[in-house]
Amino acid sequence: MKLQTASRLALYAVLELAGHPERQISAGEISRKYGISAHHLAKVLHALGRAGHVRAVRGASGGYVYAGNAKRTTLRDIIELFESLDDRHGPGEPGAETPVGEALDEVLGETNAIIGATFNSITLATILKQIAAAAPDIDAGTGQPDAR
Amino acid sequence: MTENETSQGTFEAAGQSGDGFVIRRARREDIAAVAALDEQVSGVAKDAYLSELFESYQTRRAEQRFFYVAEDSGEEHRILGFAIGEIRAWEFGSTPCGWVFALSVEPGVREEGVGEALLRHMSDGFRRAGVRKLRTMVRHRNHLLLSFFRSEGLKAGPYLQLEKELR
Repeated sequence: MKLQTASRLALYAVLELAGHPERQISAGEISRKYGISAHHLAKVLHALGRAGHVRAVRGASGGYVYAGNAKRTTLRDIIELFESLDDRHGPGEPGAETPVGEALDEVLGETNAIIGATFNSITLATILKQIAAAAPDIDAGTGQPDAR
Repeated sequence: MTENETSQGTFEAAGQSGDGFVIRRARREDIAAVAALDEQVSGVAKDAYLSELFESYQTRRAEQRFFYVAEDSGEEHRILGFAIGEIRAWEFGSTPCGWVFALSVEPGVREEGVGEALLRHMSDGFRRAGVRKLRTMVRHRNHLLLSFFRSEGLKAGPYLQLEKELR
């Protein structure tokens, strides 16, 4: 499956911020690091802020800080701010009431259950832990060898 | 938490409150407490199953079968959690790997390292027996257990579990 762009941007932003809870990070810094649209990112950050995952810091050196709980927030929590993970044919969809429609709906139900369970089982903290384990000598902020 | 390995090879973790626990092999007298904890967590009573499983683990392939408990280091010596697993080979075409069949932690002491310690002991047991793959199976709706195993580095494997009703 492929995530919608907004979901992907949101995951980049929230993982970047949750990975550096002590820092204020600007939207510009995130957009440059990930090569993404600053305009689109701003909308996504606004939505993340409304949901309580990030907080905008005002002032000359403003930016965003992580405002959630990385151990309790799953990838699904973020993704479902922007798209549904349960998109499948339902009553009223053309062909849904036919035997073929119903059989396909059952298969989509299976795949959606696996997808939903997968995204629901991975917290932001778990992803960050995996990233740190995969590249222990790299500074997660700069992508450069850790100077320590 | 600070961690100290005892001379007997058990793993003792001391929490900030001063309480600790020890991971050890289950004993026959633990099974009632394990069954009670399992029923509390799962909602299903399996006393006979757990008792029979324990007994079978004492008689055959003991070096490949693991039944651990986490015991409170305090005066009550309460069973705080348990993990059961064994090495299986060639089922479903799989090379030998360690299966974790059950892992439960008392709800009141979760997120204190008990689950991690149980899984670590299970993993060490599997490694000593020569396997390098750990597998388990979790219901889609068991978000807590899924999240725990994910946080311990487990990912989706190459198998799909399929089933049908027999009418």
